[in-house]
Amino acid sequence: MQDLKLLAQDNRGLYQLEAGEDLLGWHEVTQGSILPSFEGDATGIANMKQEERNYSHYNSYTATVASWRVLKPVYNRDICIDCQNCWVWCPDTSIISRDKQMLGIDYDHCKGCGVCVEVCPTNPKSLLMFGEHSSFEDALSQWPEKKKKEKK
Amino acid sequence: MAITSIKNLKEFSTNNDRFEGAHTLCPGCAHSMIVRELMNCTDDNLVMTANTGCLEVSTAVYPFTTWDTSWMHIGFENAASSVTGSEVMHRVRKKKGTLPDPDAPVKFVAWGGDGSTFDIGFQWLSGAMERGHNFVYVCLDNENYANTGGQRSSATPIGSTTSTAPAGTHSYGEKQKKKDIVAIMAAHDAPYVAQLAPNKWKIMAKGFQKALDTEGPCFINTVSPCCTEWRFDPKDTITITDLATDSLMFPVYEIINGHELNILYRPKNVLKVEDYLGAQGRYKHLFKAENKHVIDKIQKDINEYWDMLQRREEARI
Ligand SMILES: Cc1ncc(C[n+]2csc(CCOP(=O)(O)OP(=O)(O)O)c2C)c(N)n1
Ligand code: SF4
Ligand code: SF4
Ligand code: SF4
Ligand SMILES: [Mg+2]
Repeated sequence: MQDLKLLAQDNRGLYQLEAGEDLLGWHEVTQGSILPSFEGDATGIANMKQEERNYSHYNSYTATVASWRVLKPVYNRDICIDCQNCWVWCPDTSIISRDKQMLGIDYDHCKGCGVCVEVCPTNPKSLLMFGEHSSFEDALSQWPEKKKKEKK
Repeated sequence: MAITSIKNLKEFSTNNDRFEGAHTLCPGCAHSMIVRELMNCTDDNLVMTANTGCLEVSTAVYPFTTWDTSWMHIGFENAASSVTGSEVMHRVRKKKGTLPDPDAPVKFVAWGGDGSTFDIGFQWLSGAMERGHNFVYVCLDNENYANTGGQRSSATPIGSTTSTAPAGTHSYGEKQKKKDIVAIMAAHDAPYVAQLAPNKWKIMAKGFQKALDTEGPCFINTVSPCCTEWRFDPKDTITITDLATDSLMFPVYEIINGHELNILYRPKNVLKVEDYLGAQGRYKHLFKAENKHVIDKIQKDINEYWDMLQRREEARI
């Protein structure tokens, strides 16, 4: 049986079957491209927290999109009620929640879309957008006061 | 199946995400919200396939994968074929005793955009539904071919502007009515078919769990607001979804065994469709005087469809 790797190197581009030669069976061909998400056995991943997992370097968890951000969400623990709205709707798996508590933002994967701020129900909000390069101390010191309800 | 608790959001949040960050979907894209909501509904093993589209290209950027599950991509149109092939292989190998862990629960899920579901992969999906495989197909309906620059699909609604049916001096944009994919899938006599929305996370999670738990082919259409092509600020994805469900532009309902229709969400205050249309750039031209009749037509269609759904719910047909 021909080695597919050798076939790929064949500069004719197309591999021609010699008379009498068999085609490889489906279970014999080299797979196209497989990226293992984890090092070793991945059993039980669903019941492991991210920090307990052995991610492989193919897993995008090991990559970052931080450079996409212009604004970043800043989290104010003092006002948060741990409702988890921000967790469920973050499109980038960037709200770190453990044991029903919101712990903060994963800035390697947050793209700064602002959805978490929009869905945060507290008054004032527990998440607000600030410039990517502003410091957390500055951001927290500028936090707005509780807004009064407008009379209708 | 091993379902996870969806009693309230705090409990739901104790799940360990199996869809990772650093994918390359646009900021604020609803596709990944929907994927996360489904994947957090179960801790069973998942075998997933995807059609070509934003979700697929953005989560398999070589040399990275965003998926902590088995996930496969073959071509634009064949997520349904590849997931059902996998399902059969699993069944056969279980029977032959060649699986390393034959008792591990596995669920089979296929993802497709509206372009690949309503149009290009339609016959592959129809075949898979008709053959009666045990799988769940989820369509991420953003009403256009987003990944290639916003061409119209048969899911594009009347009046919307797209790159291939643009609005301008001679046209108000899309002229054809959106294909009723939910009704078509229900007509395959599928045990579970639904239309769900990511803003209603609990209804969505319940629907996903029902589908994952149902033997046989299940189909779910999800509304997936696309900030890039619908033209709204990425932070507003959930706000726009709220407008979609509350104006009844996207009614949330399920159809069991092809006939038992249940409305899953009834807005307390039904909004005028203008509120929904006005929040998106793709409908901006409809607010010119000469296009007002299009808005009236959209509202009329919505009212009639809602009326039909309510009658079907009552009549159980
Ligand atoms: C057979 C085939 N036709 C066309 C394409 C080009 N193509 C790639 S992604 C895409 C758009 C997909 O649209 P949709 O299914 O709605 O998914 P979305 O990107 O909107 O999520 C198209 C047309 C292709 N890859 N293969
Ligand atoms: S800004 Fe967007 S990506 Fe960042 S944490 Fe908030 S919702 Fe997630
Ligand atoms: S949405 Fe706001 S209140 Fe709720 S958990 Fe997130 S930060 Fe806290
Ligand atoms: S174009 Fe639309 S569907 Fe595609 S990634 Fe961007 S927001 Fe999501
Ligand atoms: Mg689409």
